[in-house]
Amino acid sequence: MIKASVFVKLKPSVLDPQGKAITSKLTELGYDSVMDVRVGKVIEIQFDESDKASVSEQVEKMCATMLANPNIEDYSYNIEIVE
Amino acid sequence: MKVSVITFPGTNCDHDTIEVFSQFGDDATLVWHQDRDLKNPDLVVFAGGSAYGDYLRGGALAKYSPVVAEVIEYARKGGMVLGLCNGFQILTECGLLPGTLMINIGLDFICEHRHIRVEHPNSPWTHGIAAGTVLDIPIAHKEGNFHIDAAGLQELEDNERVLFRYSDEFGNVNTDANPNGSLNNIAGICSANKRVLGMMPHPERAAFPGLKSQDGTQLFKALQSYFAASG
Repeated sequence: MIKASVFVKLKPSVLDPQGKAITSKLTELGYDSVMDVRVGKVIEIQFDESDKASVSEQVEKMCATMLANPNIEDYSYNIEIVE
Repeated sequence: MKVSVITFPGTNCDHDTIEVFSQFGDDATLVWHQDRDLKNPDLVVFAGGSAYGDYLRGGALAKYSPVVAEVIEYARKGGMVLGLCNGFQILTECGLLPGTLMINIGLDFICEHRHIRVEHPNSPWTHGIAAGTVLDIPIAHKEGNFHIDAAGLQELEDNERVLFRYSDEFGNVNTDANPNGSLNNIAGICSANKRVLGMMPHPERAAFPGLKSQDGTQLFKALQSYFAASG
């Protein structure tokens, strides 16, 4: 089996209101060196196949068409063989 | 006028929308999202609600329903499509309108009456409504913060595609009147050919006697007069 972990995050140019709220709360709690927080999503996908190249191609397509919104989000992913 | 209102799993304003059009004597019917027959409409509506529970992003999964491919084709041929609230999100996700509705800047779900200013009368949606007219229309959303890149925003503004902006009751457009952080206080935009409209406010919730506002009626009347004028 293969597990793909997809990371979707807002582009650096896009304001992240959730990240701002968390930054401000962490600072309030005394984490003085926290400069910025960005919130994203992790999407884990299990595949019943063992060809990493094939999975990679599929995941790329999924990201580009569904999992991320190219207007505001960037994506990256890891692909690993799992037992 | 024949109106087809699309129902996705999670759509919840479809019956209200049907009811409003029926008030004007229109032939309004529901179309299930798995269907491919749009029933030969003059207007297709993506109603408000939470299609597919807004999972992943508002509208992100709805765009793969079979009916959406038909609506895209219908719009490409010049058909008229209206997206209200979640319907606006679906229109941006499926590419019929540009931009993205992001989470509100204050992170809250906002459900309250707001004022919007009509920007341009030269569209089917604002036909006969003077520029600067202020309407009291409720909003109910958590993801209504309109975002687009600078070039896209310029294009929308230059081509009079911003039809509605959040304003105060006197029509002043400023930060205080902006409920959700939308760029340029944008509440609704249309396509380049003006025949696809997406707006976050709910005019169908301000179009029945006895409600706090009946200003939404003006938008439905504008559509009636557009169709009457265009034969």
